[in-house]
Amino acid sequence: MTTEPEKLTMAQALNTALRDAMTADESVVVFGEDVGPLGGVFRVTDGLTAAFGEQRCFDTPLAESGIVGMAIGMAMNGFRPVVEMQFDAFAYPAFEQITSHLAKMANRTRGRLRLPVVVRVPYAGGIGGVEHHCDSSEAYYAHTAGLTVLAPATNQDAYGLLRAAIGSPDPVIFLEPKKHYFAAEEVDLAAAVPPIGRAAVRRSGADATLIAYGPAVPVSLAAAELAATEGRDLGVVDLRSLVPFDDATVMAEVRRTGRAVVVAEAPGFASVASEVAARVAEQCFHHLEAPVRRVTGFDIPYPPPKLEHHHLPSVERVLDAVDDLQWEDA
Amino acid sequence: MTDLAPVRLLDADGTVTGDGRYPMPPPDVLLERYRGLVRGKRLNEQASALVRQGRLAVYPSSRGQEACEVVAAAVLRPGDWLFPTYRDTVAIVERGVAPVEVLTLLRGEWHCGYDPVHHHVAPQATPLATQLPHAVGVAHAARLRGEDTVVLALCGDGATSEGDFHEALNFAAVFTAPVVFFVQNNKYAISVPLARQSAAPTLAHKGVGYGMPAVLVDGNDAAALTAVLGEAVGRAATGGGPTLVEADTYRIEAHTNADDAARYRTDAEVREWAERDPLRRLRAYLRAENALDDAREDAFAAEAEAVAARVRAALGEDRPVPTDELFAHVHATPTPQLAAQAALLRAELAAGEDAR
Ligand SMILES: Cc1ncc(C[n+]2csc(CCOP(=O)(O)OP(=O)(O)O)c2C)c(N)n1
Ligand SMILES: [Mg+2]
Repeated sequence: MTTEPEKLTMAQALNTALRDAMTADESVVVFGEDVGPLGGVFRVTDGLTAAFGEQRCFDTPLAESGIVGMAIGMAMNGFRPVVEMQFDAFAYPAFEQITSHLAKMANRTRGRLRLPVVVRVPYAGGIGGVEHHCDSSEAYYAHTAGLTVLAPATNQDAYGLLRAAIGSPDPVIFLEPKKHYFAAEEVDLAAAVPPIGRAAVRRSGADATLIAYGPAVPVSLAAAELAATEGRDLGVVDLRSLVPFDDATVMAEVRRTGRAVVVAEAPGFASVASEVAARVAEQCFHHLEAPVRRVTGFDIPYPPPKLEHHHLPSVERVLDAVDDLQWEDA
Repeated sequence: MTDLAPVRLLDADGTVTGDGRYPMPPPDVLLERYRGLVRGKRLNEQASALVRQGRLAVYPSSRGQEACEVVAAAVLRPGDWLFPTYRDTVAIVERGVAPVEVLTLLRGEWHCGYDPVHHHVAPQATPLATQLPHAVGVAHAARLRGEDTVVLALCGDGATSEGDFHEALNFAAVFTAPVVFFVQNNKYAISVPLARQSAAPTLAHKGVGYGMPAVLVDGNDAAALTAVLGEAVGRAATGGGPTLVEADTYRIEAHTNADDAARYRTDAEVREWAERDPLRRLRAYLRAENALDDAREDAFAAEAEAVAARVRAALGEDRPVPTDELFAHVHATPTPQLAAQAALLRAELAAGEDAR
C-alpha cells in the first residue's frame, strides 16, 4: 500500500474502505440491492463480489426491512454487516428494524447484544433526482437513541469514517452525500482512522462560525471564500459526526467568534440544525453577539429537479444570514 | 395450484395456440389493442430519445412490455382505477392521460403531473410496492360505497419481495377486495435477476398462499393478456375478490438511461426476447385474419407519430416552473412558517440573483 495521497472520488474512497475492511476482518460482509455484480447503483461496491466472493458481498431480494433485519441477525451471530440502502427514501421500509431493533438491542439486553452493523445511506439532493431520491433523512436517525450517525463531507472522511464505522461496536447510520460521489479529491489511505464523534475545523475564522455537515460543508466553505473578499473572516466547522455530537469543538469556535450560522440541506423544522442551534445558544449564550441563525432547506417535501436550486442552501443565503448577525458596523 | 405453463393464445410468430382455458378475443378488440401497441412503442422510443436530448431527466422504458401496458389500461371500465409505477407511462397514457402530463415527473417539473381523481389513476409509485395497499384501500372503499369499481395495481417482479406486496395481497383476500394485482415479471430488478428474487416456481404461486386465484400469462401476447386480465376484472367486479396475474415478459431497454445493462445480462438474451416482441405476433395474427391491412397500419403509424410529435414539441420548449407551488400544497392551509418561507423566496426572486 502506498503512503502517497491518491486522487479518489468519494465512491472510490468508500469502495476502498470496504475493501480494506473486508481484507482486515473476515467477519465484514456487504449486502443489499444491486451491490453484487452491478457494484451498486453508485458503484460503491464495485468489484467486491469478484474480489471477495459471493459469501462476502451479495445481492438480496428487494426488501429493505429484510436487509436490515438480516443484518441484525448476522451481527447477533458473529458478523459485521455493512448494508446499502439504495437511496435515502428507500430506507423507510427498514424504519421498524432500525428504530425498534438496531437502535435498541444493546440497551434491551444490558449490552449483551451489541450490533456492529453499518447502514450506508446515499442521501440529500442537488443531483436532479426525481421524488424519493433526494431526502435528507438524518433527523429521523439522530433522534433515535442508540444509533451513531455519521455524515462525512470529504473523501478523506468518507474513507476514514467508514473504516471507523465498521470498527464500531454500535450500529452506525452512514450518510453519504450522493452529490459528491463522483468528485475526486486527494485521499491519504495511510492516515490514522479518525475518531467517531469529532468535528473538524475546516477553516478557522475570527468573525463568525459556519457550522455544517455533509453537502452543506462545500457551500459553507464557498461562502467563507466569498466573505473573505468582502472583508469578513468566517470559520467553517464540519460536524462529520451528528451522533455523538462534538460540543467541545463547536463551542470553542463559536465562543471565539461570538456569531454562528448553522447550514444544512434538510428542512429546518425539528432538524439536526435545530439541535445544533439550541446547543450553541445554551452553551455559548454569554459569548454570543447575535442570535444563532439557521440556513436550511424549506419545510417542504424535496422539490422536483427544476425547482431544487430554490430549496438548497446557497452561498447567497448563507451570506445573507451572516449579514443579519448584528454587526456593529452595519 | 397455478399452472406452471403461461396462458398463451398466440405464438411468437402469431400462430394460434392455447389449451382452451381461455377463448381468443374477437379480432376487432385485438385490432384496437394492436393500435395501442403501436402508440405505446412509439411513445417509449420518443421518450428515450428525449432523455438523450436532455429534455427528460430519466425514462424507465417499457419497451418490450407494451402488451402488458396497453392491455392493463384497456381492460378497465370507466370508473375503474389504475395504480401504476414509474415504468407504466404507456399504461397511463392508454388510460387517457395526456403524455405531457404524465411526463411532468420525469421532466422534473412536478411530482404527479396529472389529476389522479379525474382520471382514476393514482400517482406513479416509485417506492416499490407501497402503492399496493393503497389500491386495496380504494377497492375496499368502493365496496363500502356500493360501487362496482375495480382497481388494477401494477408492480414489477422485484417489488414482489417487499413486505407491502404481501400485506396488500393478504388484505385484499381477507376483505374480498376487487383488486387485480398485475405483476410484470420482466426478469430483472435493475441488475438482480429473478432467480435471486424468488425461489418460488412462479411469482403467481404467491397468490395461492393468500387464498386468491393466480394466473401466469405470456406477457408479450396481447390476446392472452386481454383474456386473462379481462376475466380477473370481471371476477372482481362481480364480488369474486382479488386475482394475482403474473405476466412473463422482458425489459428490452436498460433499467433507465442511467443503467449499464451490459454489466448483468448478455446481448444474446436481449435478442432472444426481441424475437418475442409483442407487436410482431399480434400483427402477424391480425394480418392472417385479414383484420389488418396496409391502410390501417399506415393510419395507426400516423396516429402514433402524431402523438410523438406533440410530445416532442411540448417537451422541446422550456417553460417557467412556478415556484409558489413549492409551498402551496404541503398543508391544506399553509402553516405560518411556510407562508414566511414562501415570502422569503418571493423576495429573493424579486431582488434577482445578482443581489450580491
Ligand atoms: C422501496 C424501494 N427500494 C428500492 C428502490 C430502488 N429501485 C427502483 S426500481 C428498482 C428495481 C425494481 O424492479 P422491479 O420491481 O422488477 O420493477 P422494474 O423496474 O423491473 O419494472 C429498485 C431497486 C425503490 N424505488 N423503492
Ligand atoms: Mg423487473
